[in-house]
Amino acid sequence: MSEGLEVQGLSHFYGSKKALNDISFSVHKGTFCALLGPNGAGKSTLFALLTRLFVPSSGEINISGENLLKNPRHTLSKIGVVFQQPTLDLDLSVYQNLTYAAALQGLSGLEASQNIHDALTQLGMQERAGEKVRGLNGGHRRRMEIARALIHKPEVLLLDEATVGLDAQTRSMITSYAHQLVEKEGLTVLWATHLVDEVLPDDQLIILHNGIVLKNDICKKITGKKSLGKTFAELIESHSS
Amino acid sequence: MKHTITSTWAIIKREALRFVSQRGRFIASLVRPLVWLIVFAAGFRAALGLSITPPYETYITYEVYIVPGLCGMVQLFNGMQSSLSLVYDREMGSMRLLLTSPIPRWWLLFSKLLAGTLVSIIQVYCFLTLAAIAGITFPVYGYLLALPVLLLNGLMLGALGLFLSATIKQLENFAGVMNFVIFPMFFLSTALYPLWKMAEASVLLRDICAWNPFSHAVEMLRFALYGQFNSLTFVVVLLSLAVFFLASVLGYDPVRSGLARKAK
Repeated sequence: MSEGLEVQGLSHFYGSKKALNDISFSVHKGTFCALLGPNGAGKSTLFALLTRLFVPSSGEINISGENLLKNPRHTLSKIGVVFQQPTLDLDLSVYQNLTYAAALQGLSGLEASQNIHDALTQLGMQERAGEKVRGLNGGHRRRMEIARALIHKPEVLLLDEATVGLDAQTRSMITSYAHQLVEKEGLTVLWATHLVDEVLPDDQLIILHNGIVLKNDICKKITGKKSLGKTFAELIESHSS
Repeated sequence: MKHTITSTWAIIKREALRFVSQRGRFIASLVRPLVWLIVFAAGFRAALGLSITPPYETYITYEVYIVPGLCGMVQLFNGMQSSLSLVYDREMGSMRLLLTSPIPRWWLLFSKLLAGTLVSIIQVYCFLTLAAIAGITFPVYGYLLALPVLLLNGLMLGALGLFLSATIKQLENFAGVMNFVIFPMFFLSTALYPLWKMAEASVLLRDICAWNPFSHAVEMLRFALYGQFNSLTFVVVLLSLAVFFLASVLGYDPVRSGLARKAK
């Protein structure tokens, strides 16, 4: 099976502080991979490196077979990103925000309109296309950010704490939708979270703590008969000094 | 190529939409120079005598003298305000959308710069219209020849702001830098007084004004408004643009960028 995402020997420093310490993992194409870690584990740093917001101190990143560091433009066009922080323009409408994002991906005219329509329809946001983002609630804004990340039909979708601050029902809806994207569209999804209830037993699970990968396997293989919550807490405790 | 043009157009359109939706910003951009023109210039007209210096061929009123400087002020404030929005965008996250798109980063920054400059040109022409209503007019061809100069000046001042936004990590710090950049740049220039007048007060001040790129931006516009081209000012502004823009590109380079320190 080919790799959707491959990280090898990745390290990153903030000054003298090591945020990521020689981490390696791969996610097969068409796989949902949860990246679980407490706050400060290095998840956001990893996402910043995967999106080339900055360049790693050492290591390699391959996305759908393309090397991000050697061929950033082509590689970035293969990923869709939902950041932890809101990145929408509140003064523009839903449609204007999406048109802007589409143009940044090189889409315009009919192709952009069609893709925006598809993305909004899939997320049940078609009716709200003309509304200003400022008037949307947190759940709708998040859905919109996902729609935006899918506009250019990426092969890999990166979501960094995409459900932070949302109610349980909306969180569940968004998590289910991300799983559907994997099953129906064959997308590779990397889902960073610190909430154990967002991970399903059959998901690939990477547990990150203090910048190192503690576990990387199918969730149910990691947990065995225990709950993920208990397994996670024990792992973090045993590696905290 | 099509991709980069599409993205540039989108960035310009977004900036225009934001400008239209922020009426307060537009009004403030006009009120500021108008207050200077109506209140400040009225007071100084009596106190300050102006001799005939190029490009003027006759005696002029002080209001006529400061209009190019106030146009520069509009662009200086707009350049800094655009940069302020970049710091805000970066703190709030929306800058990440731009920086993670598959377009060369220097081109994205240039597009952002161009978008802000076009908005500032609209502001300047609105101000010039109000000045004309107040009786301060220039030759018709002057208004046309001012356009490329305003484009170059806007890019240079915007690039300075862009460079500052790349080096400033927090919005609070940026507000402080605005005070240390905008006011010295404006007051230590030929926007309000000609160089010879400054030399009467202090030769050192005159020299500082003569080195200030903003002085050259103002003088280039002053000459253009009378249909004249001043090659020295053009070269200085062009070089300043190149230096500031290069520094901005390096500042936003993911290898060197301080963005890394703000990742959390």
